[in-house]
Amino acid sequence: MAYALVILIEIVRAVAGLVLISTGLMVIFGMMRVINIAHGEFMMLGGYTVVIAGKAGVNPWVSMLVLAPLIVGLFGVVAERLFIRFFYGRMIDTLLATWGLSLFLIGFVTVVFGNTVAGVSVSLGSVQIGGFRVSGYAFFLIAVAAVLLVATYGVLRHTRWGLIARGTMQNANMAAALGVSPSLVYMTTFGIGSALTGLAGALLSPITGVVPTMGIAFVARAFITVIIGGPAIIMGTISAASLLGTVSQLMTFATTPVVGDVALLFVAVVLLRILPQGITGKLFRRSI
Amino acid sequence: MDRSARAGTIATLLIGLLITFGLPAYADPFQVMQMTLYVVLAIFALSLAFIWGVGGILCFGQGVFFGLGGYTFAICAINFGGSTGAFLMALLIPAAVAAALGYFMFYGRLNDVYLGVVTMVFSLIIWKLINSTAGPEWHIGAARLGGFNGIPSIPPLNWPGRPADALDPLQVFQIAMGLLVIVYLAMKLIKGSRYGRVAIAVRENETRAALLGYDVPFVKLVVFTFGGLVAGMAGALYAANQAFIDPNVFSLEMSAKVLVWVMAGGLSTFVGPIIATIGLQYVALFLADHKLMNSQLVLGAILCVLVLSLPNGIIPALQDAAAWLFGRTRLALAGRAPAAARKTAL
Amino acid sequence: MTGEDRPPLLEATHLTMRFGGVVAVNSVNFRLAEVELRCLIGPNGAGKSTFFKCLTGQYQPSAGTVKFRGRDITGAAPHQIARLGVGIKTQIPNVFNGLDVHENVRLAAARGVKTRRMIDRTIAEVMDRVGIGDLSSRIVGTLAHGQRQLVELAIVLAGEPAIMLLDEPSAGMTNEETARAAAILREINRTTALIVVEHDMQFVKMIAHTITVFHQGAILMEGPVAAVMADPTVRDVYLGRRAA
Repeated sequence: MAYALVILIEIVRAVAGLVLISTGLMVIFGMMRVINIAHGEFMMLGGYTVVIAGKAGVNPWVSMLVLAPLIVGLFGVVAERLFIRFFYGRMIDTLLATWGLSLFLIGFVTVVFGNTVAGVSVSLGSVQIGGFRVSGYAFFLIAVAAVLLVATYGVLRHTRWGLIARGTMQNANMAAALGVSPSLVYMTTFGIGSALTGLAGALLSPITGVVPTMGIAFVARAFITVIIGGPAIIMGTISAASLLGTVSQLMTFATTPVVGDVALLFVAVVLLRILPQGITGKLFRRSI
Repeated sequence: MDRSARAGTIATLLIGLLITFGLPAYADPFQVMQMTLYVVLAIFALSLAFIWGVGGILCFGQGVFFGLGGYTFAICAINFGGSTGAFLMALLIPAAVAAALGYFMFYGRLNDVYLGVVTMVFSLIIWKLINSTAGPEWHIGAARLGGFNGIPSIPPLNWPGRPADALDPLQVFQIAMGLLVIVYLAMKLIKGSRYGRVAIAVRENETRAALLGYDVPFVKLVVFTFGGLVAGMAGALYAANQAFIDPNVFSLEMSAKVLVWVMAGGLSTFVGPIIATIGLQYVALFLADHKLMNSQLVLGAILCVLVLSLPNGIIPALQDAAAWLFGRTRLALAGRAPAAARKTAL
Repeated sequence: MTGEDRPPLLEATHLTMRFGGVVAVNSVNFRLAEVELRCLIGPNGAGKSTFFKCLTGQYQPSAGTVKFRGRDITGAAPHQIARLGVGIKTQIPNVFNGLDVHENVRLAAARGVKTRRMIDRTIAEVMDRVGIGDLSSRIVGTLAHGQRQLVELAIVLAGEPAIMLLDEPSAGMTNEETARAAAILREINRTTALIVVEHDMQFVKMIAHTITVFHQGAILMEGPVAAVMADPTVRDVYLGRRAA
């Protein structure tokens, strides 16, 4: 039954991967209804932060867990102030604008850093299960994803900022009347969402390699998870990631990774048809 | 159609006919082939301009129908050895797929953002699938799908009924231009017709259109299917002209490009996207030739600037400037109510 | 002339609408005769708008039936109900904001098989009746709220319906516009039945013959204007004194 255990671990790892790449987007989309198509590129920036910091001699764990979120978070704040905030409330314009930003970032990074894949190496060894070896990094990712979910829930539910943010997202005018600056809340929310995204990119860079187009592989899946998840930030991410991750991983085991990918997309399309508001649009409606 | 709109249409048609018969005399064969490519892409842009401008359907994966048209043409032409049947199939298959996808989306009440995501995801699915078909076991009849390598040696367009009699580049250009003119005219006529105005009403306010008795999902389905057919036509011409096609036609970048062209051209006219497509293609060519800048960087920057400053597109902005010069508003010049700005085209 | 042999124009039987655990409309029985004018009133949350939306097809009822001239239309799609001759004006005006008034009315008049002359005649008649002829080329989105309400009224009329369902037609209107709307509705009622959901009691008094009072998802009382207005239970319900 070692094989079954390994499959289980791989499924949880796939789910954790989806959680990681989606949480930042969920914060931004779930709370601000901003669809950031440049999401993949924010991840890419996280990856490049690790690469550059590595060249400067910074410990890769520090650059992954601290530096990347910080830098990309700051970049998010700047992008929000200078560009994205002009499109609030206009979803289609936001889509097009962030699409432009995405292409621009890919082009810019390609010009500056070139097209070759940069590597990030960290080693956590591997764990022996029966006749199989499971990479230690997989467990690390699962752990980080779990911590991330708990921390985000904690902040949203139990801190003052979380309350203010949730209130502002529900009714900005009311929040303003109570002395909160919605503009400030949007800025910090976008910044935090960007930081989480940069973190995800950094954490996944040892697996994918760092290249200007690395974000493209993730953006579709992140989007799908967020939209299938529905309005509740934590429950939505968990439910969507679990469902999609499990289906995708099982199909990959049964056939090929391509079919696994396609299966994920297919399930997403069907789910959208049945639950046009996402999972937490119908179920778990009051949750965070 | 009111008088000034009719005048504009006739003027455009005349210019189109002029180019169709006049250009070959002034350009060398290579330039003519280049122009054919741009004309084909303009037809592709028109397909999106129609479903978006008239139907209010913002499709993020219009490249899918373009690609399906191209691949269908390639596969059929290689198998049947002639282009006429292949061309017809390249109209039917994308239209059928559009109808199926449209049925799924519109009768499922998918709107705005979610529709955009589904169309984007759908094109991703097709892109992934085609990309992975590189091995020799992947073939339809005599045509290997080729995966990321694409399909080479696609037979060219030939005189109908005479498969061995291929058209020369000049004639291909004239066919493409002719089709562009026909599609342009058809779209203008549809837009002004009863059905076009119902589609516009659906775009403006779905609830009210339904409360008036119009079958909203069906209207959108018809619009979307027509758009798929036109995109498929463009794809077939593309495949025949380039004699090669690869999965990049299904990529998000292709769908992004056509969106940028249509946005730049504006949704209020059909001639706007045509001009924008050809114009931006020349810009891209110029930049590539002079190795000036990374194409994605430029495309992205253009898109950002467009959304920021010209939400209605370049052509309407130019119309505004022209109208200001004449001391009237663009709406008065156009002689009719404005097409909804992109925001209300949701 | 009893009207017993003809089915009522509109009939709801045990109509129920549930949203999760909340019963917004509770087994309501309702009947409207041809060319009748009925006002639906009741405090906020009483269920009148929900009931209204069950009639128009915007909601699918959880239970019960709705019949139009004997024909079951329960849960039918709005466009099917509209085609049967039911004209609907929604609480928030649903008009074509980007198009001009003439085009708005034309779209309503042009539905179905009609010649160009028939359509043009209908447009002219309707715009005259509602008194918006001078607004014909104005873009609807630029009009004041009260004017847009009138435009929506014209749109509904242009469909030549057998019955008009109006949800708060006088909301946002000036006194002058309200009086005008009341006159228009009284005039329409000569040939067309009307169900009007309203909050404005002055407006109700201007047009009503029979009033149905909703309270907590059920019909509290139904009767002629004077009786309902004078009824102490109705007043208590509005002032919140009565719990059930």
